[in-house]
Amino acid sequence: MPTPVASVEDLALQEYKYGFVTDIEAETVPRGLNEDIIRLISAKKQEPAFMLAWRLRAYQQWLKMREPTWANVHYPPIDYQNIIYYAAPKRKTDGPKSLEEVDPELLAMYEKLGVPLKERAILAGVAVDAVFDSVSVATTFKEKLASLGIIFCSFSEAAREHPELVEKYLGSVVPYTDNFFATLNSAVFSDGSFCYVPKGVRCPMELSTYFRINSEDTGQFERTLIIADEGASVSYLEGCTAPKRDSNQLHAAVVELVALDRATIKYSTVQNWYPGDREGRGGIYNFVTKRGKCQGRASKISWTQVETGSAITWKYPSCILMGDDSVGEFYSVAVTKNRQQADTGTKMIHLGKNTRSTIVSKGISAGFGQNTYRGAVRIHKNASGARNYSQCDSLLIGDQCGAHTFPVLEVKNKTARIEHEASTSRIGEDQLFYCRQRGLSTEDAVSMIVNGFCKEVFRELPMEFAVEAQKLLSVSLEGSVG
Amino acid sequence: MANPLLKIEDLHAAVQGKEILRGIDLAVGAGEVHAIMGPNGSGKSTLAGVLAGRDSYAVTAGRVTYAGQDLLEMAPEDRASAGVFLAFQYPVEIPGVGNLYFLRAALNAQRRQRGEEELDAADFLQLAKKRMRLLEMDDTLTRRAVNEGFSGGEKKRNEIFQMAMLEPKLAILDETDSGLDIDALKIVAQGVNALRDAQRAMLVITHYQRLLNYIVPDYVHVLSAGRIVKSGGKELALELEEKGYGWLEPEAAAV
Repeated sequence: MPTPVASVEDLALQEYKYGFVTDIEAETVPRGLNEDIIRLISAKKQEPAFMLAWRLRAYQQWLKMREPTWANVHYPPIDYQNIIYYAAPKRKTDGPKSLEEVDPELLAMYEKLGVPLKERAILAGVAVDAVFDSVSVATTFKEKLASLGIIFCSFSEAAREHPELVEKYLGSVVPYTDNFFATLNSAVFSDGSFCYVPKGVRCPMELSTYFRINSEDTGQFERTLIIADEGASVSYLEGCTAPKRDSNQLHAAVVELVALDRATIKYSTVQNWYPGDREGRGGIYNFVTKRGKCQGRASKISWTQVETGSAITWKYPSCILMGDDSVGEFYSVAVTKNRQQADTGTKMIHLGKNTRSTIVSKGISAGFGQNTYRGAVRIHKNASGARNYSQCDSLLIGDQCGAHTFPVLEVKNKTARIEHEASTSRIGEDQLFYCRQRGLSTEDAVSMIVNGFCKEVFRELPMEFAVEAQKLLSVSLEGSVG
Repeated sequence: MANPLLKIEDLHAAVQGKEILRGIDLAVGAGEVHAIMGPNGSGKSTLAGVLAGRDSYAVTAGRVTYAGQDLLEMAPEDRASAGVFLAFQYPVEIPGVGNLYFLRAALNAQRRQRGEEELDAADFLQLAKKRMRLLEMDDTLTRRAVNEGFSGGEKKRNEIFQMAMLEPKLAILDETDSGLDIDALKIVAQGVNALRDAQRAMLVITHYQRLLNYIVPDYVHVLSAGRIVKSGGKELALELEEKGYGWLEPEAAAV
């Protein structure tokens, strides 16, 4: 019988379409890490003194720490002295004052990536802060947001212009002592986004950061800090890509979210860093610490992530539910194919009364991909009436990949209610044949089955992002079924 | 029959190296309803699978011509577009994919393949409503994911609904009666009968005669050990009901 089925393997060969390099002169610091490098970074950013002091404390702490080995991922040792910790596009003047002054090469690149950097982005209703290597390049819609009292700018600018806010909240969710990668980030982070939404303001548009690693051998260490004051709400999107290179690049970011009374923060990520080639050469090490603190009563933090890129993903967007009646959510789709490894999940720490959390994790493994869900739900003794619902589903495509689930439940209050559901399934010959018998091609069938599997997560994404995520998933998994 | 819609000649097929079909010859003309009966393990479902193009079956010899084309050379989705429909014995669940969404994607994939215009959402919905009325179905099944959490009867009705929407030229019903109580069986049979017409051929595969009380075939064939050992009119089904399959086994063994 003929076998016209394009094998899943072929589909996985799909080229990474964001792998181009932009030819921009970059200003970098010497390789390696020491106090002088940190001073140099801080000086380049014209930071206030408290920032340098904080970085140096982090560095001292980092020297005492060991790289964690508990994650279910495998990679050769990273030489932290061989990384360039700062790279910025060279500027003709001191820095762009407006979009017109931004290097046209850069703008062209963002256009290629589909980032709506220009003001015409008003059509898309998205305000963008774009981070290229280590520097925040341009922030759109600043004036419009400023009229509502919303501060949305690069982290460096925030440190200079709003030091009181930065000093108050920096490290308040992820302290510089938190973990090896977060501590490293605290010492060397070069830029990122900052957002403050004042009392009672609902941010009228989606805010967005677009991260791109361009220079070779640079690490990217950005830091994002979002604060929603009482009754405020904001939805934030993050997208990432990187050029194709044979060497691995380190991305160790930190995201901190703070929600005060009745505030809501929705944070969505579509992560598509270069995943490496078929044999596992190259790709980004994505070691990220993301955490939100529901500090106020009835506040809410919701994480949604679609992780399709990176050679290795190590991230656990978490919620600390301090305020009574606060709500934490985590919706995740993680895809691993070829030799990709992902160890991802969340922590929901219930401290306040009647706090609620929801975890929906969808892991998809194809090729030789290894996908691990690692989650912790902790109900502290004062958190009476706390509730958690967790659902972890794994989908396997082919027979060389793996799915692993490590859920931890720690309950110290008898009134807590916890539900945990888990499932593992395989896109079977039966499902594919059924679809094909009805007239669908193998590719369309896989795409449909996978999207159906991820539906509960996709519907949490803002509309445009959901469409992009669906496409990305189809492309990522093209040829994954044999 | 000068030019039957489906012509099977000396068909041999194996599953995991074991020969299941051992020389099937059968011709089905447009508008005819043929019943294929036989004991468990006789090769009924293998025949259905081979005709629909299931990968796990290896055709080792023989030919199948469908509407003048070499059916065995066609991919399963191309067979579907050409009008071959299989109502599955065990319909598959596809969680998270809406039943109507799935069906519209399938129908439009077939239409594209045939060079026809795709149906937009409104036209599709209208057609779906019409077909539901024809099958006396309510729309609760259409709001759920494909076969997810459906009872056995609901799954089989959904297969018939899909058949009504896709309007095949050759419908193969693989043990559509299995697992159905008598009421569900009647509903499914009514649906099938509503879809009988002069153009549409049907291959009704069943273990029991009782389905044939409701879907009355033009011809009945008895499959045993991978061969058709007896063919006749609808009365053959009744004979089988009375005597069982045992009296035909020696014939099969003797060949």
